[in-house]
Amino acid sequence: MRKLLRTGVALAALSLLVAAVAAGSADRSGQANDTLVFAGAADPVVLDFALISDGESFRVLYQLTETLVGLKPGTTKIVPQLATSWKKSANGKTWTFNLRRNVRFHDGTPFNAAAVCANFDRWYNFRGALQSSSTSYYYNVVFAGFRYGKGPLAAKNGLYRSCQAKGPNVAVIQLRRAFGPFLGILTIGPFAMQSPTAMKTYGADKGRLTADGVFQSLGTYGTEHPAGTGPFKFSSWKIGDKLEIVRNDDYWGKKALLQRVIFRPIADNAARLQALQTGELDGYDLVEPQDIATIKRNKNLKVLDRPAFNVAYVTINQAVEPFDDLRVRQAVAYGLDRAGVVKSFYAGRGVVAHEFMPSSIPGYATNVKKYAYNPARSKALLRAAGLTLPVEVEFWWPSDVSRPYMPNPKNNFQAFAASLNKSGFKVVAKSAPWNPTYLGRQQSGTAGALNLIGWTGDYADADNFIGTFFRTKQPAWGFDDPKIFDLLNRALQETDLDARAALYQQANRYIMGTLLPGVPYAHTKPALGFKRTIVGYVPSPTTSESFASIRKLG
Amino acid sequence: MLRFTVRRLFLLVPILIGLSILVFLWIRALPGSPAESLLGERATAESIAQIREQYGLDDPLYVQYWRYVQTLVEGDLGTSISSRRPVTTEIKERFPATIELTLVAGLFALLFGIPLGFFAAKRYGGIFDNSSLVLSLIGVSIPIFFLGIILKWIFAVRLGWLPSIGRQDVLIEADHPTNFYVLDGVVTRNWEAAWDAVKHLILPAIALGSIPLALISRITRAAVLDVQNEDYVRTARAKGLPPRTVDSRHVFRNAMLPISTVIGLQVGLLLSGAILTETVFAFPGIGTWIQASIENRDYPVLQGGILFVAVIVVVVNILVDLSYGLLNPRIRLAGR
Repeated sequence: MRKLLRTGVALAALSLLVAAVAAGSADRSGQANDTLVFAGAADPVVLDFALISDGESFRVLYQLTETLVGLKPGTTKIVPQLATSWKKSANGKTWTFNLRRNVRFHDGTPFNAAAVCANFDRWYNFRGALQSSSTSYYYNVVFAGFRYGKGPLAAKNGLYRSCQAKGPNVAVIQLRRAFGPFLGILTIGPFAMQSPTAMKTYGADKGRLTADGVFQSLGTYGTEHPAGTGPFKFSSWKIGDKLEIVRNDDYWGKKALLQRVIFRPIADNAARLQALQTGELDGYDLVEPQDIATIKRNKNLKVLDRPAFNVAYVTINQAVEPFDDLRVRQAVAYGLDRAGVVKSFYAGRGVVAHEFMPSSIPGYATNVKKYAYNPARSKALLRAAGLTLPVEVEFWWPSDVSRPYMPNPKNNFQAFAASLNKSGFKVVAKSAPWNPTYLGRQQSGTAGALNLIGWTGDYADADNFIGTFFRTKQPAWGFDDPKIFDLLNRALQETDLDARAALYQQANRYIMGTLLPGVPYAHTKPALGFKRTIVGYVPSPTTSESFASIRKLG
Repeated sequence: MLRFTVRRLFLLVPILIGLSILVFLWIRALPGSPAESLLGERATAESIAQIREQYGLDDPLYVQYWRYVQTLVEGDLGTSISSRRPVTTEIKERFPATIELTLVAGLFALLFGIPLGFFAAKRYGGIFDNSSLVLSLIGVSIPIFFLGIILKWIFAVRLGWLPSIGRQDVLIEADHPTNFYVLDGVVTRNWEAAWDAVKHLILPAIALGSIPLALISRITRAAVLDVQNEDYVRTARAKGLPPRTVDSRHVFRNAMLPISTVIGLQVGLLLSGAILTETVFAFPGIGTWIQASIENRDYPVLQGGILFVAVIVVVVNILVDLSYGLLNPRIRLAGR
């Protein structure tokens, strides 16, 4: 017995010793100067831009691939990328792109007009599960029609008609109708150019629909052989552990300053923060609002802001009386203490929203009607509408959820309810779990007269915000206003950038003045945490930032 | 002994069928579905309907269950909705990490728990006994994730002695023939990699092992106290056996019976605790994977992952049952 015990004690002591020795040998900073270690919340799904819609795949793929037109870093201004110039026909249906010369994909395949058309035709020819919005979300939503599509996804309902190579360096794309956001859409990753040879060799589209209804790729393109034209090349990927990319020394433009970038999937927020504090990470995305102060206090770390690209708003359902009366809606707008909510619950990451889209997008109007918190004015408006105070209103908020634009819905709700109660309303609180009850009710217009919701943009175009909300009749808003439908549809088809912007400004003034379908209250700036020695990272509102300009000091 | 073993193994079949039904129904009782989690506020009624149809979620439950059983019988645990990879592939890649972690945590709990309990019982009522009681009470009640964060804060953030995330430093180049990182380091003679993997195991293993350690030490203490007062122990002492022999041959061996039961139950505790521990330490095992799939409502992963873990727990407990036979002939004979 003693012997056994003694062995146990000895082993225990040994493990302590191990810990102690580990102490001496642990190296906190031991990271090479040309390697950046960065964490997101998960692994990418697959490294094939056409088949993903998750942020982690975006992050990595934006380093490996490029689009025909890009965005100026940190802005939503459209600039040349793989196309050096472009022009559209008078009817807005034919787009001619002059392509950059002497560009090669990572597998050596030359980038040219044939490659451009191969990419467009690949998307258009998707069959079966590849057409599902769970697989090719962006093509599905934007181009909306497939050659072999049926029903709503039939080719005739789609946007794309054909692509032709006019010589090696000119690609001509025909659309079925004029489409204003076309250039803006081409800036987003899912329409990036990937090597047709590599996709064919490694079976990018080979796969099967499993019994669970999932498209399971049987090729290795998206896991082992992705090939774009970007400043970094794929190196290796051990799922759950790390994904490594290395500098593309044959890159056509300014070469990346780092030799390699390692992405780690860390789901837990506290774990990401602590790993940045220990130096195991050089940076991470999706900093929680409550962690920002901790990072800022640390002299070795810093916080970077991503420009706002979302909007949080209070929906007013006009199908519910008396909210069909503009005066009552105005009373809601004056009765919401938006500045108070943004100041109290957004940890300095929010700005008060005055429109249903962020100011970085063309079409934002500077002179819309604004509604500063004014309870007296609310009451006067309600009385003018012939109502007896207080006016009872059912107000819904979602539980079990945190969104970038709404970190804690309950806080927002309670503050808004209090300010409305001071403004002549009597709020009846209603709540449901976000997924699926709340979202379903919100969309079908059965979540009270008022409810909390919001939106994060997919691409930098006004149509992706106010077009999505107000271009068609929707039960969530409960109004039928041909004027706004017509205005937004005209703007959607307008292909001249300035004329479009003017139309959207007009729409924003109308929305916030005469229509007042709801009350936007916050745009938030997501935060990234970095070591102070990391410079050159330019956050983009659309998360399309390049790691090529990053440098490690010292 | 053979009949005993065979009977135990036969019992497995109804347990597994029951388990598969339970897991299947439990997951479908969760609010939300993969469709909504995939699309969020982008989900329109049409896109949800399309995805529900694609995943076959509109079929009656028994049809879905039958489909599930059919693929299960073929050894196919399904395909993850979020990663689009076969569940069996993911288990193969991730389970070694979890085994490595739970083994080390279990060893930690045993090596510290049993001696702690034994000495506490030997010094019954003394300071050592009382303080070990208090400590084990704390050990049982402290939540793993909290302990994990505190340990990391002290040993990784403040002192910088140990890493806070993952299984290995990302800058270490290492081959992984078995996916057991410590073992990989040893078989490929990459000592740096092996040592680094050990360092990555220390904090999570302590966090995960704390509750089992506390439980084991308490049970050991109680069992030893119990056995010490048995007649045969008194007899052994009376006939003049040295105390050492009494302790090892009579007290300890008999006290091991309740302890081994507890150890069997600890496997379940360790595996469920691994979900939290792995998440806190970003340790890429089964735990982080199941945690993420709960958030994504990834039905195939949840079904496959939980069933797999459940089978492991059941099998280990059967092994423990069988080990009783070895430890205690009385049980072995009762099986006749």
